[in-house]
Amino acid sequence: MEKKVYFRGIALPYFLLLPQLIITGLFFFWPAGQAVYQSFLREDAFGLSSTFVGFENFADVLSDPTWLQSALRTLLFSSSVAVLALGFALFLAVQADKHIRGANTYKTLLIWPYAVAPAIAAVLWLFMFHPSIGLFGRMLNGMGIPWDYKLNGNQAMLLIILAAAWKQVSYNFIFFLAGLQSIPKAVLEAASIDGARPMRRFWTVVFPLLSPTAFFLLVVNLVYAFFDTFGIIHSLTQGGPGKATETLIYRVYTDGVMNLNFGSSAAQSVILMILVVCLTVVQFRYVERKVHY
Amino acid sequence: MLRRSFGQVAIAAAAAPIAAPALAQSGPIEISFWHGLAQPLGGILEGIANQFNESQTRFRIVSSFRGSYPETMVAAIAGFRSATAPHIVQMFEVGTGTMMAAGRAIKPVHELLAETGVAINFNDYLPAVRGYYSLADGRMMSMPFNSSTAIMFYNKDAFRRAGLNPDQAPKTWAEMRAAATRLRAAGVEIPMTTAWPTWTQVEQFSAIHNTPLATLDNGFGGLNTELQVNNPLMVRHLNTLMEMGRENTFRWGGRDGAGDALFANGSAGMIFASSGARARFVRELPGGLANLGAAMLPYYNDVGGAPINSIIGGASFWAMNRGPNATRSADENRGIAEFFAFIAQARIAAAWHTETGFLPVTQTAFQQVQASGFYTQNPGADIPIQQLLRGGGQMTGNSRGIRLGGFVEIRTIMQEEMERALQGQQTAEVALNNSVTRGNVVLRNFERTNRA
Repeated sequence: MEKKVYFRGIALPYFLLLPQLIITGLFFFWPAGQAVYQSFLREDAFGLSSTFVGFENFADVLSDPTWLQSALRTLLFSSSVAVLALGFALFLAVQADKHIRGANTYKTLLIWPYAVAPAIAAVLWLFMFHPSIGLFGRMLNGMGIPWDYKLNGNQAMLLIILAAAWKQVSYNFIFFLAGLQSIPKAVLEAASIDGARPMRRFWTVVFPLLSPTAFFLLVVNLVYAFFDTFGIIHSLTQGGPGKATETLIYRVYTDGVMNLNFGSSAAQSVILMILVVCLTVVQFRYVERKVHY
Repeated sequence: MLRRSFGQVAIAAAAAPIAAPALAQSGPIEISFWHGLAQPLGGILEGIANQFNESQTRFRIVSSFRGSYPETMVAAIAGFRSATAPHIVQMFEVGTGTMMAAGRAIKPVHELLAETGVAINFNDYLPAVRGYYSLADGRMMSMPFNSSTAIMFYNKDAFRRAGLNPDQAPKTWAEMRAAATRLRAAGVEIPMTTAWPTWTQVEQFSAIHNTPLATLDNGFGGLNTELQVNNPLMVRHLNTLMEMGRENTFRWGGRDGAGDALFANGSAGMIFASSGARARFVRELPGGLANLGAAMLPYYNDVGGAPINSIIGGASFWAMNRGPNATRSADENRGIAEFFAFIAQARIAAAWHTETGFLPVTQTAFQQVQASGFYTQNPGADIPIQQLLRGGGQMTGNSRGIRLGGFVEIRTIMQEEMERALQGQQTAEVALNNSVTRGNVVLRNFERTNRA
C-alpha cells in the first residue's frame, strides 16, 4: 500500500526542500566542486601562482607506487576493522540478549566507548601500548616480547586496527542488540521444539534474520574505517613507521596539509569521492536486494 | 533573578559594538604573533612579548601558541590564503626555503626596516645565524631569534652506573658504540636515542663531516638543487645506526621531537637533541642540572677534516602580509619593526640563551653571558656555541645551512625511509637511494611551482 501525496503547483514543494538543498549545496556540493577544481591545478603553498595542468595530478597519483601501496593497505585495514568490530559486537550482543543478572548495566557499559572521541581513544591506547611509557607496552617488553610499534610496521598496524575496531564495537553492539530483540520469539520457540540446538538456531534462524542489520553495519563500518579513523592514526602513529599505517585518507591529509601539495591532495580526494560513489551504487543496486529482509 | 541577569547580558551585548570602536581608537595597535613553542619555552617567549608590551604603549603583541612548528607553518599559510595571516610568525628553519620563495606573502626584514627607519645591527649576529636567514647578497629576510644547534645530552648518573666517566662524553662514533654497549650491560634501558632523527643524524651529521646534503651548497645556490644523501659516508652511518638498533644500544625515539621524552624521563642514557631542549631536561630529568651532561656531536675520526661546525636550527620570525590582496598599514609595520628591534637587544638575547639553552644569537650577548660567569656555574651551557665554532668557525658550502623547498616533506620522506631501514625491511643503500629519488621529486615540484 503506497501512499502518495501530490502538491499542487511547483513553488511549495521546492520551498519546503529549500533548507535541505541549501545545506547540501553549501556543505557538500560546493567543497566537492572546489576539490575537483583544485585537482586540475598546480599551485604554490601560498596560492600566489597556479597553473592548469589537466589530468597530470591524477596521472602522478595513480602512477605513484606508494599511493597504490596505501590503497592496498587501506583495504586490509578497513576489512580487518570491519570484521573484528562486527564479530566482537555480534558475540557481545548475543551474550547480552540472554537472561543474565545485571544485563542492563552490562549493556550500558558496552555502549560507553562510543562516546569517546577518536583522538581520546587513541591517547588511551597510546598510554597502554607505548613501548616505554605504556603499561602493556612495558609489560610485553618485560616478558621478552620485543614490542615497539614506533618502529615495527606490523605492530603499528595491529595497534591501529585494534583501536579503531574497539571504538566501533559499541555502535555495532547497539544495532545487533536491537536486531536480536526484534526477532520474534515464536520463530525461536518453533525451532527449539523442532529440536534445534542453540548453535544451530543461531546460524539457521537468528543470523539470516539479522542479515539486513549486518549488511547495513558492514557498509557503515567500512566507511568508518575508510574515513573516520584519521584521529586514531594521527594520534597513534602519524602514518608511520615508514608508511606502514598510512591509509588513503591519512595521505590526503599529509599531502595537502603537511606537504602543502594541494593539487595532488585534491586529486586524491576526487579519487576517493569516485570510490564512495561506486560503493554506494553497488550497495543500492545489487547487494541490498539479495539481503534477506 | 534569572530575568535580571538576562537583562544584564542583553545590555552588555548591546553596548559592546558601541564600546569597541572607541577602545580601538585609544588603545594600542595589536600585532598578532603566532609561535610554535610548547611549555616551558612558549611561556618564556610570551614573557618577552609581554616585556615589550610593558616597555611602550603604542603597540601590543598578542601571542598565541599554534601547535608544533610544522602546525604553526601550516596555520600561517592557511591564514594567508584566507587573509587572516598573523603579523609575525615563528617559522622553523625547515620552512625557511618555502618562506623565502613566498613572494608577497612575506615582508622581508630588510624591506621592513628600510621602510620604517628602525635600525638593527645585523653585523653583531653570529655569522652562522645571519647567513642562514639572509639572501646571497647579505640582505636579511627574517628576524633570527631562537637559534639552536643539535648537541648530545647524556645522563651522568647512567654513566656512573656503567662505570663511565661522567665528565668525559664519547667524542667519536667508535667511542659512542663502546659507551652504549657498556650502558646496555649496566641495565640502561635505552643507551642511545635521538630527537629530530634526520636533523641530527643526516643534516647535522653531513655538515660536521663537511659532506654535502644537496648540490649547489645545500640549495643556497638555487632551486635546481638535488639531494646527495646517498653518499658512502651516510650509508656507513645509517649502517652503524642499524647495527646499534639490532644490538639494542640504539632506540628509534619517533619522528620529530618525540625522542626528547625518552631522555627527559630518565630511561635513555644519551640523546641527540636540540640545544633548546636544555630547559626541559633541567626541569624534568631525574637529578636535574647536576645529572645533565652536554657534549658536542660525535664524528668519525677517520674522515678527513672532520669535525667542522654544525649548522643552526630552531626558528626565526617572519613578518607576513595579511593576505594575497591585503597589505599592512605603516603603523602595523612600525610595530613589527620595533618588536624586532626590542628582541635584538643583547640583554634579551642573553636572557633567552641562559634560560633556555638556545644560542646567544649576537656576539654582544655571548660576551655578556661569558662575563657574567654563567658558563662556569652551568658547565655545558656553552657547548652549542663552541660546536658552531668548531673547526675554526670557517663555514663551508656544506656547513652554512640547508635551503630546500618542500623541506618538511623531504624530512618526512627521509624519516620514513630510515624507519623502514631500521625495521630491517631495506638496506641502508636502498633507504638513502629512495630518499634521494623521492626527495628530488619534491624539489622539482617546488622548483616548478615557484619559478618566478
